[in-house]
Amino acid sequence: MAMDLITTNTSSNAASSDFTSSIDSTYKLYIFKFYDVNPATDSTNFQMEGSTGSFGVTKTTTAFSAYHYESDSGASLGYEAGHDLAQSTSPQPLSGSVGNGADECAAGELYLFNPSSTTYVKHFYSKLNLYGADNHSGNWLIAGYFNTTSAVSAVRFSMSSGNFDGTIKMYGVG
Amino acid sequence: MGIPTLISTSTASNSSSVDITSGIDSTYDEYMFVFTDIGPATDDASFRFQCSIDSGSNYNVTTTSTFFKAEHNEDDSASELAYESGNDQAQGTSYQDLASGVGNGSDESLAGVLHLFSPASTTYVKHYYSTFSTYNSVNRERAAYVAGYFNNTNDIDAISFKMSSGNFDGVIQMYGIS
Repeated sequence: MAMDLITTNTSSNAASSDFTSSIDSTYKLYIFKFYDVNPATDSTNFQMEGSTGSFGVTKTTTAFSAYHYESDSGASLGYEAGHDLAQSTSPQPLSGSVGNGADECAAGELYLFNPSSTTYVKHFYSKLNLYGADNHSGNWLIAGYFNTTSAVSAVRFSMSSGNFDGTIKMYGVG
Repeated sequence: MGIPTLISTSTASNSSSVDITSGIDSTYDEYMFVFTDIGPATDDASFRFQCSIDSGSNYNVTTTSTFFKAEHNEDDSASELAYESGNDQAQGTSYQDLASGVGNGSDESLAGVLHLFSPASTTYVKHYYSTFSTYNSVNRERAAYVAGYFNNTNDIDAISFKMSSGNFDGVIQMYGIS
């Protein structure tokens, strides 16, 4: 066993991309890779949610980003208090404001560790780069845990508003 | 990322360390270690690693490293992104922290991935980097981002993982990436 492609979801003007099967004890690590995530609505966040039977699992997370404008008018690294969660059941933003221009999109990956554990919380982290709605490159790093000892058996990706196009591939490692 | 091939799986059960002394050679340019459900026996300990150039007789290769973290309390009382000068090394030979302040509650753990590059090189230093998510001992998420190099041109052929204090449970899988 190594790194196996389990599922490919191709979204076309979809409200969400749901992975509702094959997240189980087969693998210790699940990697989701995002390609060409292009929102219908400008300046919306790409986000993630888990399910232990229904979506809305309690999470505590961190978020920080680095950005740089095409105009060279600004660049910075900092914590993103508006994108973290504290024991919240809301979806976890994996990005800031993605642009919806024809060539604008986000790409990245999410690591989810041992989602079938019924002993420990379930850890995850992600790294994503985006074409920002106001023409910047944004590098977003998220980490956290589903604060539950129930198995996480499904993962949903969506925008904070509106639909999106894109491809998401789920791999199993282990 | 290239295609990983599983080389070995080490399961720690109240273990003081996990030492991997075979399978690290010139076969792969990159080795990836995946850590799941690392649960320490002692609260507020760090999870750390070192390497060996003598097949595991000694784990004390000189390293220079960086360590920064992002953390956020479950009660939303605090959050920060910060460099941690207490967890880095400057030409040190100690075990390098990969995560700090891990909780030992029954559901508290850490998980992450460490990449080690070209350990068999006898020309260059050996680089590594890692990302970990940790359930911190004071009920918060602490994400740890570590990078560095072993400042040695001898080949690395073994690696060791342990807590800064006490034993631990968990699974460590070593992959070669081609």
